[in-house]
Amino acid sequence: MSIAAAEPAAPARSIDPAHVFWVLAAVVTAAVVMLPVEALPAWAWKYPAAWQLPFAAWISSFTKWLMDSASFGLFTVRDLTRAISWLLDQPLSLARAVFATGFVLGQGSDAVTVFPAIPWFSMVIAATAAGYAVGGRRLALGMAAGLLYLAVFGQWTSAMVTLASVLVSSVLGSIGGLLIGLACVRWRWLERAVSPFLDIAQTMPVFAYLLPMLILFGFGPVSAMVATVIYALPPMVRVTILAIRAVPEEIEALGRMTGCTRRQITWKMLVPTALPALMVGVNQVIMLSLNVVIIASMIGAGGLGWDVLTALRSLNIGKGLEAGIAITVLAILLDRFAQALALRAGEVEAQATRRRRKTIVSVALAVAAALWLATALLPAIAPYPEAWKLSTAPYWGQLVSWINLTFFSTLEAIRTAVLLNVLVPVKRFMLALPWPWVVFLVTAVGFRFGGWRLALTVGLMAAFPAVVGLWPATMITVYLCGVAVIIAALIGVPIGIVSAGRPRLWRAIEIVIDTLQTLPTFVYLIPIVMLFRVGDFTALIAIVLYAVAPAIRYTAHGVSRIAPELIEAGVMTGCTKRQILTRIRLPLATPEILLGINQTILLALSMLVITALVGTRDLGQETYSALAKADVGRGVVAGIAVAFIGMIADRLVSAAAAGMKARRGQIQ
Amino acid sequence: MRTALSSLAIACACSILALTAPVGPARAAPESKDPIKITLNDWTGELISAHIVGEILKKAGYNVEYVPADYLAQFAGMGTGDLTFAPEVWATTAQEALDAAVATGNVEDLGGSGMQAREDWWYPEYMKEKCPGLPNWEALKKCGEAFSTPETAPKGRYLGGPVTWGGYDEERIQALDLPFEVVHAGTDAAMFAELKSAYERKAPIILWIYVPHWAPIKYKGEFVEFPKFEKACYEDPAWGSNKDAKYDCAKPRGDIFKAAWSGMKKKWPGAYEIVKAYKNDNKTIGELAAKVDIDGKKVEDVAAEWVNSNEAIWRPWVKQ
Repeated sequence: MSIAAAEPAAPARSIDPAHVFWVLAAVVTAAVVMLPVEALPAWAWKYPAAWQLPFAAWISSFTKWLMDSASFGLFTVRDLTRAISWLLDQPLSLARAVFATGFVLGQGSDAVTVFPAIPWFSMVIAATAAGYAVGGRRLALGMAAGLLYLAVFGQWTSAMVTLASVLVSSVLGSIGGLLIGLACVRWRWLERAVSPFLDIAQTMPVFAYLLPMLILFGFGPVSAMVATVIYALPPMVRVTILAIRAVPEEIEALGRMTGCTRRQITWKMLVPTALPALMVGVNQVIMLSLNVVIIASMIGAGGLGWDVLTALRSLNIGKGLEAGIAITVLAILLDRFAQALALRAGEVEAQATRRRRKTIVSVALAVAAALWLATALLPAIAPYPEAWKLSTAPYWGQLVSWINLTFFSTLEAIRTAVLLNVLVPVKRFMLALPWPWVVFLVTAVGFRFGGWRLALTVGLMAAFPAVVGLWPATMITVYLCGVAVIIAALIGVPIGIVSAGRPRLWRAIEIVIDTLQTLPTFVYLIPIVMLFRVGDFTALIAIVLYAVAPAIRYTAHGVSRIAPELIEAGVMTGCTKRQILTRIRLPLATPEILLGINQTILLALSMLVITALVGTRDLGQETYSALAKADVGRGVVAGIAVAFIGMIADRLVSAAAAGMKARRGQIQ
Repeated sequence: MRTALSSLAIACACSILALTAPVGPARAAPESKDPIKITLNDWTGELISAHIVGEILKKAGYNVEYVPADYLAQFAGMGTGDLTFAPEVWATTAQEALDAAVATGNVEDLGGSGMQAREDWWYPEYMKEKCPGLPNWEALKKCGEAFSTPETAPKGRYLGGPVTWGGYDEERIQALDLPFEVVHAGTDAAMFAELKSAYERKAPIILWIYVPHWAPIKYKGEFVEFPKFEKACYEDPAWGSNKDAKYDCAKPRGDIFKAAWSGMKKKWPGAYEIVKAYKNDNKTIGELAAKVDIDGKKVEDVAAEWVNSNEAIWRPWVKQ
């Protein structure tokens, strides 16, 4: 398929055509930027307004029709979505009743509690017991510590609201993703049809489709949950497809020989075998669900996300941080619990230990249930006592103020230097590029990596922002995300290389990157604004912090997977440590590292919603402004432009990685 | 253990059944007992307004529910009846969203809340020394340097609101020939983070501030006095000191409107009358907001306290 792969191992006699291509591209690009204005016709510099297609208006009128009058005869589209919404509300209301609100009769201020929600002490006991049952002492300790943090720091009520919605959306997202993934494995055409939607779902800023969704699904926790599932489901589908395909063929053959039905093969053989790999998908669903907690809280989900938002609006940094950490704690607890559950599925235990464990767990659960019942009779004992609450909030505020007073001038110097020497020149350069050349270049690169088909796809996607009149905003997006991705790679890849093969270091780093991925960006965004002012530099720091995680993760994974024989061969032939790194480890890990970069790009793009909040002028801002003006079409078009940038990067990087893998196969 | 769990499950299932069963003869009541959903946005003044209205409605016998909602997303919710009432819609920041929602016929503009939004250029008190002549706007003409940062020098840096707020600050700078450059914050949280940072360091800053808000209560400072706004200033270039440009004056003071789902009138006629009659003023809300943001009291308590001690004000709104 790829040209790179098709090239025979050419004798290294003259110039490599690959190098010629890149050098030529760079030289022409540099020349084009320096062209005087008169050298090209005006339409090349600025896409003429008269050529623009009114996509935004079309989308606006389509959604208006869809929301107001589209009908299946007996009922309208809105009736259907409202029915779905009612259905989804059932598990959600149940979870909210159990964890947060209690079972009530009536609504609003007339509501009367029939049975209380699970009190904090029952929850701590039950969760600790459950942790012990699936993951042993270590997990039990973790559960207890995490939940006690929520109680002691006064986050309990909000945390349980968030837990209820994240629990339900993670389960729905995981199951939904698994089913879609299985269907895609079975019917290849479906995979091809679904794939672009997955890309769009993952990269399109939620703000872009918020308005139509609110009208179709209603304002409230259900809409928030739908938004969460849309965002968190794609990785589960992808992981399922990969994991099921990776199951050795012999297993399926065995099933067929022993006369299993198709259903039995899928559920009794393929899914259990692929379970460890599937759990990676579940992990991503949980992490991503907690990621949209803030935005979900804006449309009625409430909970911790709302606390973070209100705390930071009144500049209470410490309070925002404590609520933010509560989100991270929930993420880690849920993830570790799910991982332990999956691990245990394949484990066999000695009879005696199992019996002992069972007794301990049963007793603990019984105590928890009894205490819960007790709170129904004695409601006064249920809330966590005010006097036992702790808060470190004032100290965090003071810390930021201290840094502000002590180091501001140093930080200001760094900011100014980066801004003037890196950001501003790159921005000018990107904005100076004529759009036809950029579209041509993207197409040519597509052709080089993946033939005419890829060329056509990425070329059309690159032309889209020009056609809808969003070219400058798109170039600012590319510049901001591009610089952020390069910095994230420069930080992430070395850390990944160093930590691969050092388990203790890796465990510490994993905690850091898990925290970075789940701690709401808003929590660190406000202190960053205080220290670096609003603008591109602040946005850059936020994007790098958030997007560096996959670069580290995939690099570490790639480097540690290299066959030890290859390293040994290197040592035997007398390579120095440096040579082993540059000649063996890095080249072999490159495809994996590229996938990490690919994820870094996607995460960087998903941060655009947040960077719009610190005053950038990119596509994220465009979707946000569209929301302010209730202009559905404009928001969706800008959202599609963001998704296309992500898809172009994804397609090109994947093709490059595939080509490289193929070549490496040839070498070996 | 398993039996304990399953009996628990049955108990839960029963309560759910009880939940879904019809509660009382709802149809017999003159007005709906469904909860009136009041939106909670993310600034203190609005939270207080919402809870005051909610408390009054409760005293009048209505069922009230508070729903946290994004300021802009709430219009979609009111359009479908998922949300009932928004107590503070600022003409200065959400006029377009309100107009668009009212145009659909599903949202009703209930008129002013009696509060007036003022928004303009604002500076901390300590800047008066560095730029003598303030608050008169003409002093700014010589103060570009005093408010400058490395990227804007020698011009001053004016921190504007999010682009979506509009405000014509670029035009104002042009028209009044001020040596300033506008830098837009993306949210007001970011804007006030910068103010806090600068205020701590006693560093130069001039920015867009709106009242009623807690910031000018917590931080000492003043608004710049621009030539007073008149409609002609925004429409007729000949108006004001610059004969060739519009916007050579202060920003207009805007009403703070109330908005509701248009089905409210039919479903809860009495409650509709109450929210329509509801009025308050900047001073009251500002003082109540300070009790929350500076003294650390709870919004619910502050609002309930006000409702309890000001029955004379709100009682006439409730029609018996």
